Amino acid sequence: MERDARVCVIGEDVGHYGGSYKVTKDLANKYGDLRVLDTPIAENSFTGMAIGAAMTGLRPIIEGMNMGFLLLAFNQISNNCGMLHYTSGGQFTIPVVIRGPGGVGRQLGAEHSQRLESYFQSIPGIQMVACSTPYNAKGLMKAAIRSENPVILFEHVLLYNLKERIPDEEYVLNLEEAEMVRPGEHITILTYSRMRYHVMQAAKTLVNKGYDPEVIDIRSLKPFDLHTIGNSVKKTHRVLIVEECMRTGGIGASLTTAINENFHDYLDAPVVCLSSQDVPTPYAGTLEEWTVVQPTQIVTAVEQLCH
Amino acid sequence: MALTHRSTNLLKPLSAAVPFTSSLRRLFSTDDATAITVETSVPFTGHKCDPPPRTIDTTPKELMTFFRDMATMRRMEIAADSLYKAKLIRGFCHLYDGQEAVAVGMEAAITKKDCIITAYRDHCIFLGRGGTLVEAFAELMGRRDGCSRGKGGSMHFYKKESGFYGGHGIVGAQVPLGIGLAFAQKYSKEEHVAFALYGDGAANQGQLFEALNMAALWDLPAILVCENNHYGMGTAEWRAAKSPAYYKRGDYVPGLKVDGMDAFAVKQACKFAKEHALKNGPIRLWLGSCFVGKVSFELAEKKALLDKILEMDTYRYHGHSMSDPGSTYRTRDEISGVRQERDPLERIRKLILSHDIATEKELKDIEKEIRKEVDEAIAQAKESPMPDSSELFTNVYVKGFGVQSFGADRKEVRAILP
Repeated sequence: MERDARVCVIGEDVGHYGGSYKVTKDLANKYGDLRVLDTPIAENSFTGMAIGAAMTGLRPIIEGMNMGFLLLAFNQISNNCGMLHYTSGGQFTIPVVIRGPGGVGRQLGAEHSQRLESYFQSIPGIQMVACSTPYNAKGLMKAAIRSENPVILFEHVLLYNLKERIPDEEYVLNLEEAEMVRPGEHITILTYSRMRYHVMQAAKTLVNKGYDPEVIDIRSLKPFDLHTIGNSVKKTHRVLIVEECMRTGGIGASLTTAINENFHDYLDAPVVCLSSQDVPTPYAGTLEEWTVVQPTQIVTAVEQLCH
Repeated sequence: MALTHRSTNLLKPLSAAVPFTSSLRRLFSTDDATAITVETSVPFTGHKCDPPPRTIDTTPKELMTFFRDMATMRRMEIAADSLYKAKLIRGFCHLYDGQEAVAVGMEAAITKKDCIITAYRDHCIFLGRGGTLVEAFAELMGRRDGCSRGKGGSMHFYKKESGFYGGHGIVGAQVPLGIGLAFAQKYSKEEHVAFALYGDGAANQGQLFEALNMAALWDLPAILVCENNHYGMGTAEWRAAKSPAYYKRGDYVPGLKVDGMDAFAVKQACKFAKEHALKNGPIRLWLGSCFVGKVSFELAEKKALLDKILEMDTYRYHGHSMSDPGSTYRTRDEISGVRQERDPLERIRKLILSHDIATEKELKDIEKEIRKEVDEAIAQAKESPMPDSSELFTNVYVKGFGVQSFGADRKEVRAILP
């Protein structure tokens, strides 16, 4: 925001309140009420408003207080945000960033535990990224703001409290690149967002058991970084996808297809995808735990894939 | 002799952008200085604001320009009708004939730096904003020379350099975008306004009220214009809205009810609205209707200084779109009644004739010339080729920050890391 006067934030409670997860804390004091705009609870309209402003050259960052609320703005995101560059024959660019926390939290209930990446992935014209660590959150956010394309940045409710030492110097990450978390030889585990931590936990167990998993945080959900993924598949010949979105029509489903189409020759076993169950997220703690993929399930899957 | 000389001049081919000029015995047509006073058909009705006066000054040049522009728009829409029936235009085609006064009057009141955004009945507004006939027809036929390169179609005309933001298919979705345009204008501290046009059908959308609330809250220079042609596709307004007095909605916002078939009323209202919006914030224009034979004067009290709603009372002769005959929900008598009594083009014609600015024959000649222009434009547009197959994948993304993206087609391989 300091670098470019056209960058502004639009969302509910982003200004005076500092953001429901404190992401925009103190920004209103620094930049004023117009640049950090508190909106009424009208997702459809304020998303539309931000897109209209972007058509003229501003670079708004739209915050959905919870990603699930952005379903109300689906028309604006799909038709106006994603497609305007195309239907206007290239006249308008929409450099917005749509961000917000999503994912399954701690017993937040079904409507507040939505994972929207699977719903948005078909929209042509948008880019989707999911951050998972403080380091990549900052880098991806900067890249998203600077990108001329509309970017949806998926954050996770449970990851806001992570602490990490990050460089003081400015850095920007590549929006279309995946991150190699742990190189290995036996199997490629593809994951993103919070499931990265479940995978790393499982990895510890696996290493003790003698396996050498290669863990890649795909980060870019649309388009997939098939370069990094492909190189990994060519090395290990086995793929396990661990994701938090639902099984039907999820990111894992698209990724499985992409890998099968492109790297079929390199696979020794079918691609296995572990996703959340196709149910609304229940409130009860134990049930919620069974909805998402747990480290023990990951360990079992790897053992089965690698015999 | 002077007459023959004049006719020859008139039949000379002129390009679409050149205004009507000729060495007429009657000099007035290019006269910019003589003031003619006209009165709008009905007085304005204001809601929480003082309506502007109904007498307006104009010049012969402006009258002729109005006539020419409206006749061009009318001709274009009728030509589009034939092209559609000849299956050269496919999909949806929503025609604007009958409502031309709105486009022409609005354009006369503002500059190209002010923004206009509208829904899918956008052909004439595109023309008013400086679009050419060739671009319009080429886009309608899906050719490469169209304003959106053939990728948008009838509902997606845009012209960024003239501040025309489209062209939107989903009813009502353009109003929050319009508020965003106003937001950007306020953000950049420009002294311009944004006109967000919508119809009586869209007036029942929730996002309108949301947008109005936000625009009023933040004093955005937005003017919401309801082009009330009384039918939301096939549903008459009294069947869709509990309170068809659209200018009373969003009570805190000042509003103005305007006869949308009178180009001068529209011009006056838009001028008034622009001044108001710049000083005081959003306002609503209701180009609302008085039905033929019935005049309703609904005075409303709107206190707000911001937001203006303009309700424009207007009428469309065609159906909702080309697939709608337009006669299942209204009578032919009604349509022809409006055409006889309130046609915008006829009104200007009568004004011109009564003020002796041009003769009947001259006006007919202009119309002939316009017909020829439109036919030439269609011919030129027909020659334009279909878009190349590579165009399928262009403009999906802008090559942005970082590396070459794979894109949805997976044809491009990632190149370099920064």
